[in-house]
Amino acid sequence: MSNKTVVQATINGEEVEFLCETRQSLLEVLRDVLRLTGTKEGCNNGNCGACNVILEGVLVNSCLVLGVEVQGKSITTIEGIASPQGLHPLQQKFLEHAALQCGICTPGVLVSAKALLDRHPHPSEHEVRHWLAGNLCRCTGYDKIVHAILDAADVMSAEVTK
Amino acid sequence: MDSETLEQVASADISVENRHYKVIGSRPIRHDGPDKVTGRALFGADIRMNGLLYGKVLRSPHAHARIISIDVSRALALTGVKAVVTNADLPTLESVVSRVGEGSINWRYLSSNLLAGEKVLYHGHAIAAVSAVNPHVAEQAASLIDVEYEILSPVITVDQAMRPDASILLDELRTNELGARGSTPTNIASHDQFQRGDLDQGFSAASVIVEREFTTSTVHQGYIEPHNATAIWGTDGQITVWTSTQGGHDARRQIAEVLQLPVSRIKVIPMEIGGGFGGKIGIYLEPVAALLSLKSGNRPVQMTMSRFDVLAATGPTSGSVIRVKMGAAQDGQITAAQVSLAYAAGAYPGSPVGSAMSVILNPYRIANVQVDGYDVVTNTPRAAAYRAPGGTNAAFAAESVVDELANKLGIDPIDMRLINGIKEGDRRVDGPISRRVGYIETLERARSSPHYLSALSSPSSATCKVGRGVGSGWWGNWPGGTSSVSVVVNNDGTVNLIEGSTDIGGSRVAMAMMLAETLGIQASDIKPMVVDTDSVGYNDVTAGSRTTYSTGIAVHKAGLKIIHEMCERAAQLWNVDPGTIDYADGVLTSGTNHIGFKELARKIGDGDGNVVASVSISPNGEGVALATHIVDVEVDMETGKVQILRYTAIQDVGTAIHPAYVEGQLQGGVAQGIGWALNEEYVYDAQGHLLNGSLLDYRIPTALDLPMIETVLVEVPNTTHPFGVRGVGEVPIVPPAGAVANAIANATGLRMTILPMSPRHMLEAMWAQAK
Ligand code: FES
Ligand code: FES
Repeated sequence: MSNKTVVQATINGEEVEFLCETRQSLLEVLRDVLRLTGTKEGCNNGNCGACNVILEGVLVNSCLVLGVEVQGKSITTIEGIASPQGLHPLQQKFLEHAALQCGICTPGVLVSAKALLDRHPHPSEHEVRHWLAGNLCRCTGYDKIVHAILDAADVMSAEVTK
Repeated sequence: MDSETLEQVASADISVENRHYKVIGSRPIRHDGPDKVTGRALFGADIRMNGLLYGKVLRSPHAHARIISIDVSRALALTGVKAVVTNADLPTLESVVSRVGEGSINWRYLSSNLLAGEKVLYHGHAIAAVSAVNPHVAEQAASLIDVEYEILSPVITVDQAMRPDASILLDELRTNELGARGSTPTNIASHDQFQRGDLDQGFSAASVIVEREFTTSTVHQGYIEPHNATAIWGTDGQITVWTSTQGGHDARRQIAEVLQLPVSRIKVIPMEIGGGFGGKIGIYLEPVAALLSLKSGNRPVQMTMSRFDVLAATGPTSGSVIRVKMGAAQDGQITAAQVSLAYAAGAYPGSPVGSAMSVILNPYRIANVQVDGYDVVTNTPRAAAYRAPGGTNAAFAAESVVDELANKLGIDPIDMRLINGIKEGDRRVDGPISRRVGYIETLERARSSPHYLSALSSPSSATCKVGRGVGSGWWGNWPGGTSSVSVVVNNDGTVNLIEGSTDIGGSRVAMAMMLAETLGIQASDIKPMVVDTDSVGYNDVTAGSRTTYSTGIAVHKAGLKIIHEMCERAAQLWNVDPGTIDYADGVLTSGTNHIGFKELARKIGDGDGNVVASVSISPNGEGVALATHIVDVEVDMETGKVQILRYTAIQDVGTAIHPAYVEGQLQGGVAQGIGWALNEEYVYDAQGHLLNGSLLDYRIPTALDLPMIETVLVEVPNTTHPFGVRGVGEVPIVPPAGAVANAIANATGLRMTILPMSPRHMLEAMWAQAK
């Protein structure tokens, strides 16, 4: 059997230590080793965005990152987006706008949207669409997703100016 | 409320035109929403349990071959491997055809699609499966299985398959020729026809006739969640399966048939489902995972398809060749239409050509018609239902020809459809007399929409041209099947709603809203849940746009039963005759006594027996859906790229229970239709190898490819449903390809007769036109 490596990382603000095979992707580590199954697999080769997480502030396809690569790094997954105070405005707006149907793309889309708003708090519709081009959704036609993200951006900037 | 009133309410053709609803039509947050935005919702592949093994499938590298031998010894010798299964582990089945979902299935073919028998019939056909301690070992083991093949020549398109000298897929197949069985081996599984009137007379009355042949590619449903199944074959012989399915009971039945076991031995737990669109009705992995569990010491086995497996071996829907000849008089009346459709069924008979035969001309009143349909087997994956199965390609052909006729006659395309559009009392091309439908309303709303009244934007560059197109679509829906629900009133006044219709796009909230409306309480006081096959009566699949219709009727009936029971309880409380009690807006009144639903529930508590109701129904209703779409496109004449500039979908939705999710169905269907129109296609080489089995190369629309999708909900209530519901999910995918083709013709003068209208096909058509 192959050797396993000990990896330490910070996931959703918590320090974790896990054993992983060198061939295991970060997606496999999250889902199979750490049982954080909120991050989804849609293609396992970087084409759908269902597995998106934020790694050191950068949006990545976790299926294209190896588990051993995250040693010492910090990761945000869908499980880390809400706070103890409640849902993130993006999550709240997704519910209000009915921006999900089946919901399988939703974790990846929300993580991408959070990465977008972290960097560009006031995106235009075109910027939202451009940023989300790596997140495939087959159910919604993206309309309500884009509306929800634009609305969340408005709410968040209103909160900042308050 | 007495039982007679109860009966009346439940059975009458209720006129719903002027009803004022409290809950229906509002937009509450869906009950399963918070779990879905926080990553807590459990989909099939999220099951984790002790001792879990992983299964992988070995798939055929050839499109058509005879299997000479399979040697699994090297795979079994690999450390970490637990078991291997092949077709030899499956019972041999008789050739029996049964209904499953909206379609039908031959159990023998289903079985050999799960694990190939004597032949492999497409690239990606499953041959064997392995269980092992982790997915990597399982995959390695699958590659160590040695299969010897005799390679046969493949037929990929319907044209190839229908040639007299074509290579034959299924030795025993004979054409069902208008009901009579043919005598020679063939790839044509069936030929059906309907005709009426006199074609010659009809065409001679026409002042213009258009005749064209259309070719469309195979496309996939494209759900983002790959197929998966987790199974335990218990030591007691009971099988438990967790899976992503459009119907737990249908999955159970298929597993039972394939394994030749009674249904009571099998429990299917339908997990959250990451999209289906028709492609998750038929089973692929479930019995294989169960057999692997049996042979692996009864340990649980989880199987998840790779994206290549999904594209190569599940779905897709048929590629097709469609010929349309249509004539119209000077005033725009369509005088005759002759149509033939040949649909690729993939490896086994069962393409959606039957429904396509209805879709193609049903929006129109035509006296002289003939429609011929051919179901043709090809060396491609077995076709599965895909949202309004067969409809998009059919409407692409018919709507293109209607548009061309209108152009030739100088009639506005919406007027052309108004002149010929089907109304209540007209005979449909496929036979029945039409009930009240809202087609004309969709056309009128289209004509007065801001989109249709707006000017086209100017081209963004000198090499571009812009145009506008209109297309309509008809879909029959499936207002039938069986639906069962149970309702329990909790002692705090909330209500559990237990159903078996899997929820793919927000149906739980719609069910809760219909129950809340019936009971006069809030949707948030209802707890809707989809349960396993042991915990609720039989439910047909979530397909055919039937769930909100049929399960909705069951929910309404259960609500009436609860009201009846609550009235009885109040009568006991007040010592009055139950017939004196009036129930309105969640309040029970008798004389000076009155009590709210919640308060009564609290009073009843748990000590006196719960208030519960169970209903199982099989409505034989009707509820066809019609839609009209408008699209503006920009065509880059240098690259052949088509950009969607603006899109409006107008649809008769009956009654929109939760308008946001109804709009979502329209928008999602439009997006899929645009993908089908512009990008999506299976690409095979001459040997039948699938060349684009990834989401990079099989290109579904991204957020950047689409504009906002405007929706207009026309509400013409369905008289066969207590709340006027019509299925809304499928018809939105019917018009887009035709509408886009018409917009391209309007922009460029180019009549596209091939799908997808990708840059390559656009340029080829432009070059051919320039010659
Ligand atoms: S699963 Fe990683 S991009 Fe699709
Ligand atoms: S909601 Fe189903 S894929 Fe996006």
